[in-house]
Amino acid sequence: MPVILWTDVLVFVLAVAVLAYFVHVHRQPHLLIPWRRVTQSAYGMSALVVLTTFVTIGLLDSIHYRPTLESKAGQGTAYSTEVSSVFDALASPLRDRRERTYSAPFATRAYARETLEIPGLDGKVRQVREFPRLTWGGAHLKEEARRNQDVFGRAALGMALAALAWLALAGAVAWRHAHASKRRLREAWRAIWGAETRTPWRAILITAGALLALAGPVLTLCGYYHVLGTDKVGRDVLYLALKSIRTGLVIGTLTTLVMMPFAVLLGIMAGYFRGWVDDLIQYLYTTVNSIPGVLLIAAAILLVQVQLDQHPEFFQTTAQRADLRLLCLCAILGLTSWTGLARLLRGESLKLRELEFIQAAQAFGVRDLRIITRHILPNVMHIVLISLVMDFSGLVLAEAVLSYVGVGVDPSMISFGTMINAARLEMSREPIVWWSLAAAFVFMFALVLSANLFADAVRDAFDPRVRVGALAAA
Amino acid sequence: MIAYIVRRALYAIPILIGVNLFTFWLFFVVNTPDDMARMQLGVRRVTPEAIEKWKAERGYDKPMLYNRRAEGLGRVADTIFYEKSVRLFVFDFGNADDGRSIRQEILTRMWPSLALQLPVFLVGLAVYVTFALLMAFFRATYIDFWGVVLCVAMMSISSLFYIISGQYLLSKLWNLVPISGYAGGPDALKFLALPVVVGVVSGIGSSSRWYRTIFLEEMGKDYVRTARAKGLAETAVMFGHVLKNGMIPILTGAIAVIPLLFMGALIAESFFGIPGLGSYTIDAIQSQDFSVVRSMVFLGSVLYIAGLLLTDVSYTMVDPRVRFE
Repeated sequence: MPVILWTDVLVFVLAVAVLAYFVHVHRQPHLLIPWRRVTQSAYGMSALVVLTTFVTIGLLDSIHYRPTLESKAGQGTAYSTEVSSVFDALASPLRDRRERTYSAPFATRAYARETLEIPGLDGKVRQVREFPRLTWGGAHLKEEARRNQDVFGRAALGMALAALAWLALAGAVAWRHAHASKRRLREAWRAIWGAETRTPWRAILITAGALLALAGPVLTLCGYYHVLGTDKVGRDVLYLALKSIRTGLVIGTLTTLVMMPFAVLLGIMAGYFRGWVDDLIQYLYTTVNSIPGVLLIAAAILLVQVQLDQHPEFFQTTAQRADLRLLCLCAILGLTSWTGLARLLRGESLKLRELEFIQAAQAFGVRDLRIITRHILPNVMHIVLISLVMDFSGLVLAEAVLSYVGVGVDPSMISFGTMINAARLEMSREPIVWWSLAAAFVFMFALVLSANLFADAVRDAFDPRVRVGALAAA
Repeated sequence: MIAYIVRRALYAIPILIGVNLFTFWLFFVVNTPDDMARMQLGVRRVTPEAIEKWKAERGYDKPMLYNRRAEGLGRVADTIFYEKSVRLFVFDFGNADDGRSIRQEILTRMWPSLALQLPVFLVGLAVYVTFALLMAFFRATYIDFWGVVLCVAMMSISSLFYIISGQYLLSKLWNLVPISGYAGGPDALKFLALPVVVGVVSGIGSSSRWYRTIFLEEMGKDYVRTARAKGLAETAVMFGHVLKNGMIPILTGAIAVIPLLFMGALIAESFFGIPGLGSYTIDAIQSQDFSVVRSMVFLGSVLYIAGLLLTDVSYTMVDPRVRFE
């Protein structure tokens, strides 16, 4: 039974909107120019490769359904109360292989000693304090001592597969480049590796190669070992980290989506109409701005919590409840963060309304609404776009902090924040449980860093001031 | 200029009223005292008597805006709005759920917060400006390039990681400083060293990169070209001209956050166990003590507005081109 969560709907609306935007841009040569500049930035495109990987995982994780339970004939179909996603189905080896508690990466035995009952040679049962074997991790091994050989063997296989995939990719790129530039394959290959191509194929291929080199061995190993260990209740940390991506992406994108209409409308209105409209809107955003953000979010989330507790009829499963809370979190974050964009747009509209073409439109008696939508909006879109990509990484980071304070996502929802929060107590254990923190760190760092780099590339391409500055410096 | 400052200060009043009305609406209208009582006492099994008792103990049993039963001024004064919201203007915050006076707590807790935040602010400013100036001085070289790369990488790391890894390295592995806690007097130094270092390091990425842009923008201006043209050494140009003028936006930007230093750092204080206002707020949020959260919202807005006012004043003092309109 398909389950449509609110955030899923919005995520796909956003995805369709992005696609529609790119189709639109493709038809308008003047809009295509700045995007061409983005595609020529080596670090921007490398970041885009990583981001695309993350977004693919996030989108797969956004198609939800409730699996059918096996039932006797004639009873009608029953559905599980647990909501799964397409990604869960793909990652079922990770999801279903649960241990009982912590285990280190590639471990075959648990992290803590337990009292085991071992039948002795004389038939008596003896109690021994031992590290028990894991139910799944390395369970296929006949001799535990051969674990390292097994791991290296499988990793090498994964690497070989990754190398094949990469060669196929690089070959396709070279062939396409050769075809497009009407050169021989060999020359095209040399041009790519000499970084002589307009699109920085060398950087893209190196990034894709690095990703494949990581993904290949992980794919061949993850069915046999817990590559990143397991957490307190025995869930595979790799699975948790991959699931966290969707939460981060949802918070980073939907928040901006929620706040954008407010910011655009109010910002342009303030700058265009001036007078009392301007005063009112300025008053509004100074007031919202003056309330400490975390406190406002905390207060609002506590209220949402109360409402959710009192209205259990809003949702059927815990996943739907967690999703509703995530949506509320996005809305609240959006309401506290629209002020910055509104202020920028107000300033820009103030400048634009004095320009000749707007004054000419006014002189012709064009209505205000039409001037705003036809003349002002297209001329401030680059600011909206820049702030959209620039805000993303900050929001992903904010989620972790808010979840630590206890006003972030629902505790049952897997996110970087909840992972770090749990890891805090693990750091003081002896021996130290480092793997979940490390996994959260690496995944979050990769996501935020690539988002930051991509945002920089977009800003450099779209912001007219930056280009003037670059020219002046050169 | 005094008239200008007074006018800016008067402008703060409607904003504070707005904040006050907004918090009242958020805490008492959207979320009624009944909801709060139910949340505190447990959602399912709670009797109406228990709710009434809980409300009476905290003075939430009064009418919202207008008291029909009271006489004269009491009709307005003996209400939740007056008691809980209007009283905030004279910094009468009432009592927390544990019965202690919030005002007293704030007065004692703001000093540890300040003891942590002031060094972070001052050391941080010095470090960020130095680093940014270094990158600007060696612009378009490998030093600049890798400096920016380092900045972008550092700003991609969550502040939680800085705290956790700082505690692990310095306290657990190397045993240099205590992992958390606080003591008054000279002992505070030992407890504050790690939070200050972590606070400064976690800000390097975004601040240095921003300051670098400011310096580079300044270096593209005509007066810098003139200074070079008249034969000044690059160091003289950097320190005598670029640094001086670049500091205007940096300092005025920094001044805005000075009043907020009293509020403390939410996350750092609760990780390091410093009994400041930040950890007070976090505890209040986690125990759902609405009266403390409400007080902190109001205090935060007051300090933010004070920061805006300071910025305005410092602009007029530093930059003679600002007009008093």
